[in-house]
Amino acid sequence: MNPGLEYRLRTTRRHLLRTAGLGLGSMALQALLADDDPVIASGQHASASRLQPRAKSVIYLHMAGSPSQLELFEHKPKLQQLHLQDCPSSLLEGRRFAFIRGVPKILAGQFRFAQHGESGQWISELLPNFAGVSDRACIIRTMHTEEFNHAPSQLYLHTGNARVGSPAIGSWVTWGLGSLNQNLPGFVVLLSGGKTPDAGKSLWGTGYLPSVYQGVNCRTDGDPVLFLSDPQGISRGVRRRMLDALEELNAAELQRSGDPETGTRMQQYELAYRMQMTVPEVMDLTREPKHILEMYGAQPGYQSPAETAADPRVLYRGDDPTFANNCLLARRLVESGVRFVQLYDWGWDHHGSSPGESIDETLPIKCRASDRAIAALIRDLEQRGLLDETLIVWGGEFGRTPMMQNNVRSELRKGFIGRDHHPDAFTMWLAGGGIRGGLAWGRTDEFGYEAVENPTSVRDLQATILHTLGLDPHRFSYLYQGLQNRLIGPTDEGQVLREILA
Amino acid sequence: MQKQTVRGFLLLLIGVIQMRAGADEQVRFDRDVLPILSARCFACHGPDAEQRQADLRLDQEQDIHREHTEGIPVVAGNPDSSVLLRRVGATDPDLLMPPPESGPSLTAAEQHTLRLWIEQGAEWGLHWSFRPQVRPDVASGGAAAIDELVGRQLAARSLQLSGPADPYRKVRRLYLDLIGLPPTPEQADAFAADPSPERWEQLVETLLQQPQFGEHWARMWMDLARYADTKGYEKDRGRTMWPWRDWLIGQLNADRPLDELTQELLAGDLLPNATMDQRLATAFHRNTMSNDEGGTDNEEFRTLAVKDRVDLTLQVWMGLTAGCAKCHSHKYDPLSQQEYYGLYAIFNQTADADRPDDAPLLDVQGADEQEQEEQLQKSVTALRRQLRQLQRQPDPAESERWQVPIPVHSEAGGDAVCTVDASGVISVSGPSPAENDYTIRLPLAAGVLSGIRIQALVPDEAGNPGVGRNPEDPNFVLSELELSIAGSDKSFQPLRIARATADFSQQGWPVTAAFDGDLKSGWAISPRQSEMHTAVFVLSDPVQIAGNSTLQLVMRQRYGRSLTMRQFRISVTAAAATEIEGDVISPAVQNVQSELADAELKLKQFRTGLPRVPVMEELPAEKRRETRLHHRGNFLDPGDSVQAGFPQAFAAIAAADMGSPGRLDLANWLMSDLNPLTSRVWVNRIWSRVMGQGIVATEEDFGALGALPSNPELLELLAVEYRENGWSLRGLLKSICLSNVYQQDSAVTAALLQADPENVLYARASRYRLSAEAVRDQLLAVSGLLSSRQGGPPVMPPQPPGLWRSTYNSENWVNAEGADRYRRSLYTYLKRTTPFPALTTFDSGSGEYCLIRRIRTNTPLQALVLLNDQTALEAAGALALRMMQQPTQQRLEWGMRQALIRPIAAAEAEPLQRLARELRAEYGADPESATALLSSARVEPAEATDIPELAAMIVVAGTILNQDEFLTRN
Repeated sequence: MNPGLEYRLRTTRRHLLRTAGLGLGSMALQALLADDDPVIASGQHASASRLQPRAKSVIYLHMAGSPSQLELFEHKPKLQQLHLQDCPSSLLEGRRFAFIRGVPKILAGQFRFAQHGESGQWISELLPNFAGVSDRACIIRTMHTEEFNHAPSQLYLHTGNARVGSPAIGSWVTWGLGSLNQNLPGFVVLLSGGKTPDAGKSLWGTGYLPSVYQGVNCRTDGDPVLFLSDPQGISRGVRRRMLDALEELNAAELQRSGDPETGTRMQQYELAYRMQMTVPEVMDLTREPKHILEMYGAQPGYQSPAETAADPRVLYRGDDPTFANNCLLARRLVESGVRFVQLYDWGWDHHGSSPGESIDETLPIKCRASDRAIAALIRDLEQRGLLDETLIVWGGEFGRTPMMQNNVRSELRKGFIGRDHHPDAFTMWLAGGGIRGGLAWGRTDEFGYEAVENPTSVRDLQATILHTLGLDPHRFSYLYQGLQNRLIGPTDEGQVLREILA
Repeated sequence: MQKQTVRGFLLLLIGVIQMRAGADEQVRFDRDVLPILSARCFACHGPDAEQRQADLRLDQEQDIHREHTEGIPVVAGNPDSSVLLRRVGATDPDLLMPPPESGPSLTAAEQHTLRLWIEQGAEWGLHWSFRPQVRPDVASGGAAAIDELVGRQLAARSLQLSGPADPYRKVRRLYLDLIGLPPTPEQADAFAADPSPERWEQLVETLLQQPQFGEHWARMWMDLARYADTKGYEKDRGRTMWPWRDWLIGQLNADRPLDELTQELLAGDLLPNATMDQRLATAFHRNTMSNDEGGTDNEEFRTLAVKDRVDLTLQVWMGLTAGCAKCHSHKYDPLSQQEYYGLYAIFNQTADADRPDDAPLLDVQGADEQEQEEQLQKSVTALRRQLRQLQRQPDPAESERWQVPIPVHSEAGGDAVCTVDASGVISVSGPSPAENDYTIRLPLAAGVLSGIRIQALVPDEAGNPGVGRNPEDPNFVLSELELSIAGSDKSFQPLRIARATADFSQQGWPVTAAFDGDLKSGWAISPRQSEMHTAVFVLSDPVQIAGNSTLQLVMRQRYGRSLTMRQFRISVTAAAATEIEGDVISPAVQNVQSELADAELKLKQFRTGLPRVPVMEELPAEKRRETRLHHRGNFLDPGDSVQAGFPQAFAAIAAADMGSPGRLDLANWLMSDLNPLTSRVWVNRIWSRVMGQGIVATEEDFGALGALPSNPELLELLAVEYRENGWSLRGLLKSICLSNVYQQDSAVTAALLQADPENVLYARASRYRLSAEAVRDQLLAVSGLLSSRQGGPPVMPPQPPGLWRSTYNSENWVNAEGADRYRRSLYTYLKRTTPFPALTTFDSGSGEYCLIRRIRTNTPLQALVLLNDQTALEAAGALALRMMQQPTQQRLEWGMRQALIRPIAAAEAEPLQRLARELRAEYGADPESATALLSSARVEPAEATDIPELAAMIVVAGTILNQDEFLTRN
């Protein structure tokens, strides 16, 4: 073994150089520097995209299917007045809906609202726990998006492009900032609700970024990371001996070939070995004390029947701890240095046309199964001093119409009250890292149909998330196919929401 | 430590950059200047009129010399008067270009380059890749020319090729590069015994002819074609595309020239007398995703698919990125939005429309299937004929019970003609009135009459005649049967029918309705019109017949539509009712009927089981779509009408006026000798697949922002020869593989790393990790598990449970058993939203979009796959079993050799000797773990196997299969 040679050759970045070839543009430099040591990366990015970060990590809670803002955050007495009357034609002209045809009826908000906290935010009775921490959150009531079908809208929100093939925001962030813990993936995805979100794995794909930055779906059933467990009959001791022998063989090859990739591969086997220890530890909720488990409503090891059902929606229960487990895992992951934790909870698409997808019955169940855990997550991060450096994002991919969906029936029936997709106004909230708590941002009209004050685009949201992490959304880009690709797209319509920053 | 590593690499990078800039003080516009202008200036001063600032263009020669408000941008020979230089070097931020908020300023080196260029006369020229191809000045051709051109570059830097690789590494490299599988040690030995250039050439040719060649190279095409076995998006339902994949493999194995392939892929359906294969070829562009999500607008996703076809076509053939021109004119390359939709119009006339059934579909039959279907059809036809013949003959077994009197009189209504043959069969021909009553008289001998039988026959004729006279519906309806009998006095007395049976009656038309006195009801036999049918009518009371009696039948057929019998035979009997009621069908007929039913079912199942593949089909003239530009790419915001056409920048290609070009014209345009890009793009792609990286590093972008060729003359040589040699992939690969450049050693010496870290000069062979498919296929091959079966529907080798959870999709992954568990990886079912994880971990794609090249990563997740994936484990188990069959002393070296192919020195296996020894002891002390490991690796030991020894061997084999050298193309 030639330690001098090995040292000089050891790097994980050589493949990036290769991809750039002789036409060394900024891509090679930026890729070379960006994903390794955050300190160096920041030094090199300073001229291009680095700002003072307000948050170090992100926990993004995506309610796939899109919860109704009119039952959770948007208190609209006008809807009560017009309940079950024909929708005014002004709301229908020139609109495309996913399912509504003809003239639908207005549907009143189905739950009671009250003002909460010092900030007096309007929050519905379905979210009693969140109401208790609403002073920590900035509720944006005027989100709007470009897409009104689930898959394209989820892609647009998470990758900046309604079509597949662009990197997820989590990939962008880990590419830009690197990982804080070499023994864990930088971008972790946790799923619940029994289905993968509509747009599937593309939501955590790397697109044109190197595939190392892909989100790793950590599972609570089976191996937390695919292929993590040693097979039956291979103990840790056997594995260690095997890797020692392998290292000797590989060292001989490194000696012969002189190829730094061989050195990198040797390191990756060691890292894999460490991950086999670290990941199960982090994913092991039994290490949490009882009072924390109770705070979230978590139950280690619980396997929900909904998670494997063909149609999970009819099996949802308010006391199902799966989502709570994921919230607690998110805290543990962030605490251990994971940069971006993405939760997807499926089952929020409440059209009211099939069993298990209604505003009146399913939405309260989904709220009960998540409200306590989300409030606990905020409180728990706060008590550990992590809330200031962790950005929490909550929301769906679009909103829902103030009209009831009438493609199946136009009168109310228990368990079948629903609303259609609505891209023009919906609610999301941000909390923690650099966000002004207790703020209600933006105002919609009396139907909750369109923004009348401070409309906020998905691009704005994306720009703001990057900004809080210290990445300049307008300069943070990756050269691919001749274009400087950015999360916020080619135009500059997306702007950082400076007013909501602390 | 990492800081130092990075700094080290920065130094290397700078070295590379300096190496280039210092090489040539003569500035070249396309190589040195255009990249600066296009990257830094064209966004606001380029082809895109909407974004253009200050009405200034810097992308056209006449404009840069034109007087502008502030002066002339470029004054040839006079840098100091050139406004361009003043602005890019301005210290006042208000004057500085590009404006500080829009991007970094030009570096000193870049400014210097512009200055030199203007000093040297500001020569203007086409972007390098848009220029016509010119054969470089090189004496030889093929492999020798490659060596010469690479040698020139090396000599200029006082470098030379590395020595030849040792024969074993070389031969393994060649196998992996050409067929994606390693040789066996014996195959390698055979070459190593005589590693002469002649043998090498032989070997190259042999491999190019292997059926595995097509499989390996099909994978590259599948990446380009965004091939998958599902439709993508939310529902991601299955889609039958594999016949196209099999077609592709066949084409590659036949070395179909690229120009012909291109025609068929893009427009096979439009070729004259298009064959099934040519239509199947067009499934290429039906690999676009389609969205079955509820509430989606099919037109939206149809237009997206059309755009995807435009983008992919330009990118795969010409290395141009057209995507941005959907919304606005390209900022860097000469493609206006108008021109983009001109190309879009070419693809906008196909019948597919994002429909859930994926129509139009093609029923695909290969030669095998065609033969199979013919066989099935033949046996059906033969059985039908046999049945007809059998039915026409009176059954000898019945001759005691049934007599067939020859009619003395037969008459049909209208002008229909009745004829009677010698066997008593009555045929009706001539005019065929809607309703018809037949009157038949039969002579009866003295005795008893207890019943009569009518057998409706099918004539023994070609085609498929039925029992009825209406060719559209050869059914019959016997509304009423009236029997009467006359003695010698000729007066007919009616006979009463008590019961009847038939072999078959149509639902609602029972045979008993033929004597219920109601002309509206009757006996009919649909849907079995093509078979004979029999009815037995039993008289209420058997009648004593005196001699010379006549039996008269009046068969009233009053349904209409000529549903009347064609041919029939009447028999009479004296037997008891219980004996005759079953005589509607004979056992012999029954046998043949059941055989026929089986055969027909098989044929039907075969036909419905044929794969139906989405293909391209041109809309008929009256349904052609009008193409309009989409403002900002939004299909709901249509702009002006656009005619099909090609971009102006390539006007030279479309020499003749093509009018309104279609897909076939597009194929010809792409493959025209005058197209400067296609050949360059393709040779670069192929070169990259066997040499590790492209001569143009950005395989996906040959436009203004793409990388420049590292060896332009080499690229030209390959491009010109590929075209001149008839676009033969085999020919191109042969030239490359016969070159000394290809055959070099791959060792990376410190000096080489210093001089050329990226190996752009090719002073050594490239060394890199194998592709995802090759990694897995090689595991299966060296362990002896690999199935050699080619083609067919995709398979599901083991993957971790619980991965397929996508929304609404009820399709399941069921781990294959038997040979399908170990097929080559390209046959693995590819679900777009949940691709096979052991492959994607090694950078294979999801099939969602065109993957021009794969980035090669090196991650801990890859280590986990090779350590713990079920397939890797079973491969280790299989290899271990084979190692155990070797003499004890040679096992480990033998195992290493299976993986690495080259001879193994005893010392190399020492780490494994130690490992085997230690683990033998450990498993000896823990037999349960040993048994558990055998079972997880699916190893079934022979009797009297030393189980701990075998368990240890599995781990050793696993170690061998994780070696860097094993995973690497060396």
